[in-house]
Amino acid sequence: MSEKKPLPVRLLKGFAMFWWDFLVGDTPELFVSSLVIIGVIAGLRGAGDNTAAVIALPVLAVCALAISLKRAVNAAKKK
Amino acid sequence: MFATTVSSGVIVLVGAVFLACAVEMVEALTIVFAVGHTRGWRSAFEGVIAAIVALVALVAAFGPALIHVPLSTLRLIVGGVLLIFGMQWLRKAVLRSSGLKAKHDEDAIYEETVAELRASGQTIGRDRVAFVMAFKGVFLEGLEVVITVLTLGTSAHRLGLAATTAGIALVLVAVMGAIVSKQLSSVPENAMKMSVGILLVSYGTFWVGEGLKVTWPGNDGFLAFFVAMYTLVTWGLVGLAKSGTPKTKVEAHA
Repeated sequence: MSEKKPLPVRLLKGFAMFWWDFLVGDTPELFVSSLVIIGVIAGLRGAGDNTAAVIALPVLAVCALAISLKRAVNAAKKK
Repeated sequence: MFATTVSSGVIVLVGAVFLACAVEMVEALTIVFAVGHTRGWRSAFEGVIAAIVALVALVAAFGPALIHVPLSTLRLIVGGVLLIFGMQWLRKAVLRSSGLKAKHDEDAIYEETVAELRASGQTIGRDRVAFVMAFKGVFLEGLEVVITVLTLGTSAHRLGLAATTAGIALVLVAVMGAIVSKQLSSVPENAMKMSVGILLVSYGTFWVGEGLKVTWPGNDGFLAFFVAMYTLVTWGLVGLAKSGTPKTKVEAHA
């Protein structure tokens, strides 16, 4: 029988679990894609290319969404 | 020009907060009604009150801290969170619209919750099961409302407007629920979630850019372009998903 953890530990664990579910959940690809998008746009801004950043940001977001949907469709086809 | 750019930002903010809060309230209300009708209203209300107190305490603890975070950092973090959250909502809405995922059914969730409550047996005195169920339902859905209001409100420097809009949405859905005295299963939840997804992704894209010092053409007015663009993209993705859809459904969950 496992020993019950103290309340602050349980609250902290619950809080961490909430954010994990909230941001990652069953779509880790969207979480990773968002980090990649931020990295790419930061790089473009660092290079001083505002126009490329304006175009790349929404295009990459659409690609991330499309890839995630493609994964879901493929998963449904396998069932 | 100034009036146009201000109003487009305000319209997107109000729309996103109102729809997101209304959807979360519908979901919380379903659980509270299931608890109230099955186990009695006293424990249900106690659970609701305790959840509201916990949420207020959270806002009081973390809300003021957000104001002290530098705006560009705040917008980058909030933009990133909204981008992820918005894409998750949009993904689910597209899958539901194309028949790949079962639609969120408040009647089914109500029946499921009632069955779960009945299975746990009646208790004498204070009903702990009912209290916990109502508390969890309201707290978890309420937490999403709090995050939406705090992130959208502080980043846009319109926390008062965001909080007022959320309050109106919550009261409106609560009154509608009280009048019909049942879960609001006729609310077009998927359409609302799709709209929220589009608005959140639009804001997320905009603020990630702002946080990284991207200069948008037309400043705040570019938000309206994002809303239009993501609406078209969503429409296209629903069509694509439908065309490649086998006649089976993936698992249904909220």
